[in-house]
Amino acid sequence: MDNIRVLIVDDSSVMRKIVERSLRQADIQIAEVLEAGNGAEGLGVLNKSKVDLILCDINMPVMDGMEFIKQLSAVENAKGVPVVMITTEGSEGHVVQALSAGARGYIRKPFTPDQVKKQIVPILAGNQ
Amino acid sequence: MNTTNLDHAVQHDREAWAPLLALSAREVFDVMLGSQLENSSNPVSGENLDITSMVGLAGHLCGVLTLRCDPTSAARMTSKMLGTALDSAGPETWDAIGEICNMVAGNFKNKISGLAETCQLSVPTVITGAEYSLYTLSDDPAIEVGLVFEGRPLMLSLKIHS
Repeated sequence: MDNIRVLIVDDSSVMRKIVERSLRQADIQIAEVLEAGNGAEGLGVLNKSKVDLILCDINMPVMDGMEFIKQLSAVENAKGVPVVMITTEGSEGHVVQALSAGARGYIRKPFTPDQVKKQIVPILAGNQ
Repeated sequence: MNTTNLDHAVQHDREAWAPLLALSAREVFDVMLGSQLENSSNPVSGENLDITSMVGLAGHLCGVLTLRCDPTSAARMTSKMLGTALDSAGPETWDAIGEICNMVAGNFKNKISGLAETCQLSVPTVITGAEYSLYTLSDDPAIEVGLVFEGRPLMLSLKIHS
């Protein structure tokens, strides 16, 4: 998929930049990056805009990533949009919880651009 | 690991945690900054380490992990993380140092069997300035690891409450 619109939800602006850079290094063509500092802001962005991919942290103030992903089902613009969690929470329990809630992928911090590519590209290609 | 074994590990295996803490930091710096941390040949003191990032741990392991460095190191770490030039420390630096501490804490707990599931991390807090004292509920000595980032000292400290 080329020229995608991405929503990156993370309370760290530095981490949002690193995630965007990792996507570009993975040769994913990006038309626009939308940003949110927590889950509630992310829902607000999605109420106004359509995206092709959502990347989301778990530990965030106001609304964490798990609550955000649960509430996505009520957002018209989020229907069918793949969500990939990017987080320091690396336990199997967190992975299962995120995938059960609707996430399509899970990337543990610290991460390399190659790990981002291996997770994201098959999802965008519809193979995962 | 069941709760009893995990409690035993938390109480009795702490001497093995300093190398794990160092390894956790090395991996984060290697992957996210492209930098190799070195061992410090001398004990690292807190002197001139004016940037402190803190992440709280709660659950089966309660405590606080701190990462301390000087402002020049903090700016360099941020520059390497973002791949951009940065001459001095500023708000973006506090964000970056907080994230580094957060990733070290997450990487550390993920290396201890049973702890990844049962220990939660707080969002990071960053303090600037060295004129402060940190008081916790524990009398146990902190697990301290001195490392060197590009010739400059960096100190990790894990203070455990339970």
